[in-house]
Amino acid sequence: MKKQKASFPLIRFQQITKTYVTGPVKCQALKGIDFDIRKGEFIAIIGHSGSGKSTIMNILGALDSPTSGQYFLNGKNISHYNEDELADIRNQKIGFVFQSFNLLPRTTVIKNIERPMLYAHFSPEKRTKRALEVLRAVGLEDKAHNLSNYISGGQIQRVAIARALSMNPSIILADEPTGNLDTKTAHEIMTFFTKLNKQGSTIIVITHEDDIASFATRVIKITDGLVESQNYKLQTATFIK
Amino acid sequence: MIDIKELIILSLDQLKGSLVRTALTMLGIVIGIASVITIISLGEGSTKSIVDQISTFGTNVITISPGQARRGPGDGGGTFDTLTKADSRAILTLSNIEAVSAIVSGQSTLVNGSQSVSSSVTGVEGTYALIQSLKFSQGDFFADSQIDNLARIVILNNDLVTELLGESASVVGEKIRLNGKTFKIVGVIEGGSSVLVPFSTAQKILFGHDYLNSISVRVIDNSLMEQTSTDIENLLLSRHQISNADNADFNLRNPLEMINTVSSMTGTLTTVLSGIAAISLLVGGIGIMNIMLVTVTERTRDIGLLKAIGAKAKDILAQFLIESLVLTLAGGLIGVILGATLTYFASSAMSIPFIISFKSVFLAVAVSASVGILFGWYPAKKASILNPIDALRYE
Repeated sequence: MKKQKASFPLIRFQQITKTYVTGPVKCQALKGIDFDIRKGEFIAIIGHSGSGKSTIMNILGALDSPTSGQYFLNGKNISHYNEDELADIRNQKIGFVFQSFNLLPRTTVIKNIERPMLYAHFSPEKRTKRALEVLRAVGLEDKAHNLSNYISGGQIQRVAIARALSMNPSIILADEPTGNLDTKTAHEIMTFFTKLNKQGSTIIVITHEDDIASFATRVIKITDGLVESQNYKLQTATFIK
Repeated sequence: MIDIKELIILSLDQLKGSLVRTALTMLGIVIGIASVITIISLGEGSTKSIVDQISTFGTNVITISPGQARRGPGDGGGTFDTLTKADSRAILTLSNIEAVSAIVSGQSTLVNGSQSVSSSVTGVEGTYALIQSLKFSQGDFFADSQIDNLARIVILNNDLVTELLGESASVVGEKIRLNGKTFKIVGVIEGGSSVLVPFSTAQKILFGHDYLNSISVRVIDNSLMEQTSTDIENLLLSRHQISNADNADFNLRNPLEMINTVSSMTGTLTTVLSGIAAISLLVGGIGIMNIMLVTVTERTRDIGLLKAIGAKAKDILAQFLIESLVLTLAGGLIGVILGATLTYFASSAMSIPFIISFKSVFLAVAVSASVGILFGWYPAKKASILNPIDALRYE
């Protein structure tokens, strides 16, 4: 790791801690997390529920700020950004794919994909052009004008990926992206992530399933708010790649 | 913040998505604005109608009646004998006066064959036609010579002709009986007093008294009305040897003053009624706030998602505010149309002029926009400060 000093990693977590205070109860979710993620990696962050992986995902995704420590994204320390600055980071640098509720209801697929570009002040023509481009990339061009409630679960995840790609972000951050899918569709989605990764996208998947994590090129395991392993070797891999 | 045009499109999409709710939410504003528009417009219409009626008798005509009591509009001086013909001659010597007519009036029964009508009869001088700007549909006014020589001639108005003589084309020259005495019809006027006879005839033949029931004075210009009223009052006070104006045994009616009184009365009434109608706007506004709060709760996860993909607090605030503004402005617009329609039918039923004032429409738009901002602000603010993580996890 040290020999790569010359080129700064895409993401660097340095002694990140997060403490939640709920009334009189203090809960330290992260106790000092260190890791680097380089451009072009396909990372899985795994851990049992309560391990702190969701908190890592929130901080990685600029949805939350750490209590202490530094988060460098593209070499910039964004640990103490204010809400509007974080919104810009989420808009431009991060493409989210959630487990569920990825799309706005009663809204067409294309309008869902255009939305981040709307917040980035793209012109309507540019938005539509780019939205169709990314829809083509996920193979759902024909569904552009379908309402989001009338497409299947697998298609919803693919539209979410298309939206995540639309702003050409630094990372695609997927939080349990296959949690609501059957095994076959889950496999398809993960294969798609692999394909995107091969095309150069940096992908981070948060999951508690080893099967899903096995698609990644590196697995970071979190236990009790600390990194247990920077390059965790999965015990079993049921998916045959 | 994103473009206002984009925000409006987003709001319309959102509101279209739940049409029934949108319509029901707007209803409060629609009813509120429609009632305010209707009340203001009918108020202005009836004021105009009353003012027009007063103006047909000339806005520069002062009427002096005997009696101390200041009664409102209406003839009330019949039993006082304090005004004399000498008073009317004296008034004529004042400056700024175009014409003066002494008037004697009373009730009489008019008979034509089997038809009988009771009506007020007015005995007038030769200047009366000028003072009241009489319009003749048949015949002509009394000749000066007929005024003082007890001629038994009469002028009727259109309505009475129809009532008494039917729809006959020409009635000039026909005879009717007035208090049992035969009178010849010499003219028919449009509107105005129903029965006119020469002054001397009224005084000596019909009513048998010397005092006047009123004096009509035409002033040369509207702008001199106040000054002339004061002059007449002073003159009569000194002639009647009264030192304290509060004890005057006559009273002056100035139509401009009456118009002001009527306008301010209907104005007050309109304001009070509009205030009551405005309460429904308030209720409508609270309804909007209520629904917007429900909407924010329902769309918590949408808001979380939007924030995750880069929406800033001000973007969310603007979106919800615009949504409530679109809702109230559309409600206001529909309210204006509904109010105008109601006013149209109500004013034709009440036979008053149909007036939709620009003022009331402007007021409606301004009020509905303020309602939208006022009652949309809190829900929008609530939506904008949602934490994206909590919002995304909201069940």
